[in-house]
Amino acid sequence: MKAPALALRGLVKRYGDVTAVAGLDLTVNRGECFGLLGPNGAGKTTTIEICEGLTEADEGEVRVLGMTHREHADEIRASIGISLQETQLTEKLTVEETVQLFQSFYPRRRPVDEVIAAVQLGEKRTARVGQLSGGQKQRLALACAIVGDPELFFLDEPTTGLDPQSRRQLWALITRFKAEGRTIVLTTHYMDEAEQLCDRVAIVDHGKIIALGTPRELIGLVGSEHVVEFRLDNAAADEAELARLPGVTRIKQIDDRYQLDVSRVHQTIPALLAYLTTIGATLSDLVTHTATLEDVFVHLTGRHLRDA
Amino acid sequence: MPEPRTWRERAIVQLTLARFREFFREPEALFWTFVFPIIMAAGLGLAFRNKPAEVLKVAVVRTPAAAEVVAGLARDPHLDVTLLDDSVAARQLRTGKVALLVVPTTTASVEYRFDDTRPESITARRMVDDALQRVNGRQDPVATTDAFVRDRGSRYIDFLVPGLLGMNLMASSMWGIGFTVVDQRRKKLLKRFVATPMSRAEYLLSFLLARLSLLVFEVGTLVTFGVLVFGVPLRGSVVTLSVVCLLGSLAFGGLGLLIAARPKTVEAASGLMNFAMLPMWVLSGVFFSSANFPDAMQPVIKALPLTAVNNSLRAIMLEGAGFGDLGLELAILSAWLVVCFTVALKIFRWK
Repeated sequence: MKAPALALRGLVKRYGDVTAVAGLDLTVNRGECFGLLGPNGAGKTTTIEICEGLTEADEGEVRVLGMTHREHADEIRASIGISLQETQLTEKLTVEETVQLFQSFYPRRRPVDEVIAAVQLGEKRTARVGQLSGGQKQRLALACAIVGDPELFFLDEPTTGLDPQSRRQLWALITRFKAEGRTIVLTTHYMDEAEQLCDRVAIVDHGKIIALGTPRELIGLVGSEHVVEFRLDNAAADEAELARLPGVTRIKQIDDRYQLDVSRVHQTIPALLAYLTTIGATLSDLVTHTATLEDVFVHLTGRHLRDA
Repeated sequence: MPEPRTWRERAIVQLTLARFREFFREPEALFWTFVFPIIMAAGLGLAFRNKPAEVLKVAVVRTPAAAEVVAGLARDPHLDVTLLDDSVAARQLRTGKVALLVVPTTTASVEYRFDDTRPESITARRMVDDALQRVNGRQDPVATTDAFVRDRGSRYIDFLVPGLLGMNLMASSMWGIGFTVVDQRRKKLLKRFVATPMSRAEYLLSFLLARLSLLVFEVGTLVTFGVLVFGVPLRGSVVTLSVVCLLGSLAFGGLGLLIAARPKTVEAASGLMNFAMLPMWVLSGVFFSSANFPDAMQPVIKALPLTAVNNSLRAIMLEGAGFGDLGLELAILSAWLVVCFTVALKIFRWK
């Protein structure tokens, strides 16, 4: 049997007093698209850079495709394709020249034209990197990641800062890599991205995995399918009263925002409005949605991903 | 099964090509490397072209005996004599408008007032004294005649062109390597590269290969310009000249790499770069001979790579020196090359 694509055991990385990764265990199977989801500073990038061999762990064991960086650094580098968060490719080179350059580093190679076509930059083949849009640059970064025909991808926040259309284009590309049987490990702080792309997701907070499973399983942790969120202008609601409303399974208050996990929205809402009228409160905001990974994070940590 | 790799698909070729593309697509770099040294040589060559000895301005202070002195000096074509009141004359001497004050105290004696640290004042004193003594009947016991020798190789422009060549080698080699390396580190491109199977040695080698190819053009344009336009002599062999340029460029490249080994910002690297280059601009005899500095400093100055390059280039171009005459300089450059590269590779920050 082949070794798993990635196996991390007891990974620890400290920067001075700050512990970026605090004892992390993880196994990613071959052919899987795996997401590390968490707020900024959770330790996602540090973890992925340890896997790429760019950072050395203080403790723990890393096996990439069954190999360790200490013994097989070159083999690992030749078998992985990566996109870093902040790389700026040389602006003076063209798309084609950039892909050619990266191609020359790898023992296994895919044809430059094929790779450029795969990331839909055929029309920009002779354009300088400096003239590309953010989404095109990110697709070029992916082209540089696939030109070595890797088995395993590490994509660190591949769509951060992109417009919705560019994000969807990248998602389509990543889905295609997966269909080709490659393994993908990506980090993101977008829940929709993780839900959309990943077979399994690990939610990371303070350098530790706090939940692991398929997106469906994780959402199941919330315990109910819907979430009602509201804010009041002029009064405070009593939590005990809210808990008595029909269909409510859990209540959370974050600053001035109330969040109710709810199984039957159509019964909860009229009752909630009636209760608010009795205490003379006015709604300043009311939102209902089906539960997402974001709600899982709130459920587990009491914080939102964005402001965590 | 991948097809066999063509030479163009090799990493060292692709990396070197990338260096060339970055360079030739940067118009400013082209200007500073190729055009600027020529403009500089042309400008300085014009400013310091050889002229007949200047006419020196001297003032005679108005005293009863002054008229006779003025008449006596006026016959000398190298002196421009004016008759001035004491206070005006003193001010003109102080502000450098005249080189010397002649104060006739009696008909048979004069006093010279001048600043003995100004070379033209000392010359003026000798010329005035000579003229006055002759007018008043001094006989020279030895007969003299003048034969003028204005040879190529002794003019300022002949001194200047090898110096500019050395300075240009230093600047383009150090900046060419240092700037790109630090910029790629800042943009996290170095980090991206080391996450691939790229050979780090080939990455660094590509800078040297690109530098050495550009060197041919850089040295070629400036030497050709100097020889054709100003008639600067090239008495030594082109091979010797090329070897010195090559070794010098490698030594400066090593120094540039050493400076670029750690900094994460271009600003930090610029500071270090200037810190390393400025002393050499001043001390290493680019615009004036390094012999002007005190003897105690000479061993240090001689050990600087730019001094070694400049002295070698001057010896080759002006005196026709060969390898046998340049042992010390070549040894100094080799030492810089080896030490800088070794240390740079040890401390290099790839991330």
